[in-house]
Amino acid sequence: MSTALLVSFAMTVAMASTPILLASLGELVAEKAGVLNLGVEGMMLIGAVTGFAAAALTGSAYLGLLAAMLGGLLTSLIFAALTLGLSANQVATGLALTIFGVGASALIGAPFVGRTIERLGPLLPQALAGHPVLRVLFGYDLLVYLALGLTAVVAWWLRYTRPGLVLRAVGESDTSAHAIGYPVLAVRTGAVAFGGVLAGLAGAYFSLELTPMWADRLTAGRGWIALALVVFASWRPARLLAGAYLFGAVMTFELHAKAAGFALLPPEILAMLPYLATILVLTLISVRPGRVSTAAPACLGKAFSPA
Amino acid sequence: MLYATPFLAVALTAAAGTIVFGLMGYDGPRAVRDIFVAPLAHPDRWPELLVKAGPLALIATGLSVGFRANVWNIGAEGQYIAGAIAGTGVALATWGLSGAWILPAMCLAGMLGGMAWAAVPAFLRTRFGVSEILTSLMLTYVAVQLLFLLVRGPWKDPEGFNFPQTRMFTPDQTLPAISEGSLIHLGIPIALLVACIAWLLLARTVAGYEVKVVGLAPAAARHGGFSERRTIWLTLLGAGGLAGLAGIFEAAGPFGQLTPQFPGGYGYTAIIVAFLGRLHPVGIILAALVLAVTHVGGELAQTGVGLPQAATGMFQAMLLFFLLATDVLIRFRPVLARPARARAAA
Amino acid sequence: MTPSAPPRLELSGIAKAFPGVVANDNVSLTVAPGEIHALLGENGAGKSTLVKILYGVQAADEGEIRIDGRPVVIASPKAARALGIGMVFQHFSLFDALTVIENIALGLDEAVDRAELARRVDAILRAYSLPLDLDRAVHTLSVGERQRIEIVRCLLVKPRLLIMDEPTSVLTPQEAERLFAMLRQLAQEGCSILYISHKLAEIKALCSRATILRAGRVVATCDPRAESTRRMAELMIGTELREVARGGRAAPSGPVRLQVRRLSLPRGGPFSVPLREVSFEVRAGEVFGIAGVAGNGQSELLLALSGERLAPEAAMIRLDGRPVGRERAGMRRRAGLCAVPEERNGHAAVPDLSLSDNAILTARHRVPLTANGFLRFGASRSFARKVIERFGVKAVGPAAAARSLSGGNLQKYVVGREILQLPEVLVVSQPTWGVDAGAGAAIHRAILDLAESGSAIVVISQDLDELLALSDRLAVLNEGQLSRPIATADARADEIGLLMGGVHGEHARARGASRA
Repeated sequence: MSTALLVSFAMTVAMASTPILLASLGELVAEKAGVLNLGVEGMMLIGAVTGFAAAALTGSAYLGLLAAMLGGLLTSLIFAALTLGLSANQVATGLALTIFGVGASALIGAPFVGRTIERLGPLLPQALAGHPVLRVLFGYDLLVYLALGLTAVVAWWLRYTRPGLVLRAVGESDTSAHAIGYPVLAVRTGAVAFGGVLAGLAGAYFSLELTPMWADRLTAGRGWIALALVVFASWRPARLLAGAYLFGAVMTFELHAKAAGFALLPPEILAMLPYLATILVLTLISVRPGRVSTAAPACLGKAFSPA
Repeated sequence: MLYATPFLAVALTAAAGTIVFGLMGYDGPRAVRDIFVAPLAHPDRWPELLVKAGPLALIATGLSVGFRANVWNIGAEGQYIAGAIAGTGVALATWGLSGAWILPAMCLAGMLGGMAWAAVPAFLRTRFGVSEILTSLMLTYVAVQLLFLLVRGPWKDPEGFNFPQTRMFTPDQTLPAISEGSLIHLGIPIALLVACIAWLLLARTVAGYEVKVVGLAPAAARHGGFSERRTIWLTLLGAGGLAGLAGIFEAAGPFGQLTPQFPGGYGYTAIIVAFLGRLHPVGIILAALVLAVTHVGGELAQTGVGLPQAATGMFQAMLLFFLLATDVLIRFRPVLARPARARAAA
Repeated sequence: MTPSAPPRLELSGIAKAFPGVVANDNVSLTVAPGEIHALLGENGAGKSTLVKILYGVQAADEGEIRIDGRPVVIASPKAARALGIGMVFQHFSLFDALTVIENIALGLDEAVDRAELARRVDAILRAYSLPLDLDRAVHTLSVGERQRIEIVRCLLVKPRLLIMDEPTSVLTPQEAERLFAMLRQLAQEGCSILYISHKLAEIKALCSRATILRAGRVVATCDPRAESTRRMAELMIGTELREVARGGRAAPSGPVRLQVRRLSLPRGGPFSVPLREVSFEVRAGEVFGIAGVAGNGQSELLLALSGERLAPEAAMIRLDGRPVGRERAGMRRRAGLCAVPEERNGHAAVPDLSLSDNAILTARHRVPLTANGFLRFGASRSFARKVIERFGVKAVGPAAAARSLSGGNLQKYVVGREILQLPEVLVVSQPTWGVDAGAGAAIHRAILDLAESGSAIVVISQDLDELLALSDRLAVLNEGQLSRPIATADARADEIGLLMGGVHGEHARARGASRA
């Protein structure tokens, strides 16, 4: 394989992995705090459409990113209000959030179908970003670097800082954390909001960089894969990074295979691959009994109301 | 209160919809009127409501049993498609044959197809502890691709001018209407009947009790001699079978063939129906009608005030949001009424 | 108490009412600096409410709190800690998956550098000779070690008043001794200790003054070292002590109804204890007691006997000679083996269902409450009503939700539900946990009556007095292993104490005398 092809493949992998990494990192933080938000796909779609709309209206993809963060944040706050404020069932609310995101994004996006925008594009100067080989390191847009950097920061923050410790404690035992005097619901709201911001960014990555346009259901179920990835990573950021890039590679393979007119497998089978791979990986990770159950935050998905 | 909150949720959704659609530059009150009231005001649209409500009720009935047991099958859309595929397989295999047995065979195959699709998450959950939430949903994407693969490939109608769709089903393969020329096919009364049977099973039998207890208190269920594993299998297979049946009803009814447009989101909307109907079969029938109204109304609003079709989905999700929000009224009522002696004794 | 120094703590006229219940009524007490003061009372006497007020968890309706003579308002646990009040709750506020040092850090109000914190914790552990590995995850620790984490959290802020809520209920005798030594050392250094318990023996051994609460009011203040155990118990319970329910029964010689042979079970989860070759047999008419400190395999043994966890081999558990080890709970119940787990809410009963629906949960086979797969609601209601009446359950009726009952009343219901099925074998865990004395006696009576009718009964309890009162023979479960059984009639308490891992003989006897 030629260097150019390798570089191109590697870059596609990094870019395909970025939105999954961002979304799953946000969900990881929420789940570490004990909240299972199944609405990642919905928040991503809202982020994608608000980001695209803002970019189309202002002409700035970076303003688009800001709008996407805001869109994801607001959507996640709906979830927080229902599950944390009103103790609604997290599974049902998360599903509702995704259905809502699909509908609302299509509604907001309807006037923007067919419009084009300037994509984010490489962050660094052309000398580096355009170099035929070095661009594999320097040729990316802001979000690729941001996702990697944030993964490191979140890993460090959870492990070594006191707020990170409190967040993990809240996810392990809400009653103990409450008894000691930590504001369980506030911590969880913060974690959900962080997840919303990152999901918004992840969605915007589709509409502002990968396929700079708006189409209904643009994120194509990647939010669900992000959810699966958190389980796969056993709630550890480093493994999340590895998992996201692994999935990025699987999807890039699908893409390249399609482009090359890979004759052995029909495109529909290739399109199934990420989902079948997810099921397979979730199964493999669960084969050792007790593995997932001990890694999961003990209060994941359980409603808590301070009495 | 338990049965009042859905009505409250509908009212709140109407109010919020008026505001939201208004803010987006549409004629808010008119849009909400189109969505919620107009379909009911036109008797000629009533059969259409029933045709939409039928599959929703059928799928939601199955889902609600699982939700009661904390089995979160969110892949009913996939099971619905798999049922349609399996039933269509029988239809294509019996192409050119005739006989009254063909349609029942298709329906049976549809149920089995839906069950097979639901058996995967059931197996993975009971054998390896994999969450059925993610697996059932992933399989929906797989089912959609499988459908595309079949209608574009081996099942493509040889006389269909290369359109990606199967042959039209023969009269022996089509669900009969309940009366000559009516839109309402046999699947609708069957959906009604299934809901009634489900209600009987849930309220009166040991199996229904088991499902309830497994959902409310898994440890108590084990103590009572119930098997969580069996409940997971039962509820997933039941839900899959009903979704599959809805799928083949839809294929052998309104569609009369399989096309790439077949997946219409009934499997997702049915989740809303199940909750709005309070996981109760009778409630589900009412909720299915409400959602059918919004569906048909969404189309009216599309022509009336130019609201995009996607607005219906958002509207339906808002309905679920408000329902979940108003549920707080149910939960806090017993707390207010409960004497505090338990706390005092602690 | 020297007249010059104001008391460390002075409560006057504390009152707290909940809807329908007065938890504290005009409670006053003083604790001198360096004094170990007992707060004594039955379950529900209002001890916990009082200390929650003191620790800022709940607000008093009336009354005044003075610390070192100064009136204070304690609005939150944080405010309490700022005043130098530390508290070790009966239920620990710990995080199983986190390490010891992380748990300690979480207990502090401000961030402390990890290395600095480790140094300070180490100093405390050394000063009070408390062994504790700072880097282990909490779920790998014994209950005693977990309690040490809570204590260290308190000691880090150099408390002037330490509140201990029933600290020994979860400890082995050795662990309790070690705790007492530590508390005495703390008191000598000037820290006051408010020690909550209903165990008279340990209060006599540890405390210099005691305030006795009954039904929310102070009924007496005394010197426990001078007062007789019996007198204190009567003050606490409010009636003359009844004699031990048991006595003068011939050793049962009926056929063996339940036989457990070399029952081993691997641990069921990360936080459970494996059972190791447990063997015992129970004859018709016999009550067999299983003693031991919680967390030594009691819950696992109950699950294995009830059928909620299956034994590796059918022959490991025999019911009337028939191997049932591979049969599930429903089958075993049908065959005559009923069980009552210790956790009522969510295990023995479904909180959201009515009492009559909860009857179906375990009594559907034997009563029977079903026919051809259909539920018999009328039969369920009348069975539930029978349990309510026979066991004096305070509930509005069979339609009352299980969660609406107080803990003790629900306990009466779930125990009654099994006893009225007249099982051939009954396994019951903590039968009188949280139940008031009168109801406890009624449950004991019903258990003995069932035994007299020819059933075999296994009682798993942490309360040695209860076992001594009820059982014909008893054995001790320790780290998943069951000791050799001894006959209660000719057992010396210290012998049982030794089996438990070295109870001081005098303690055990004193405890034996203290409770009916």
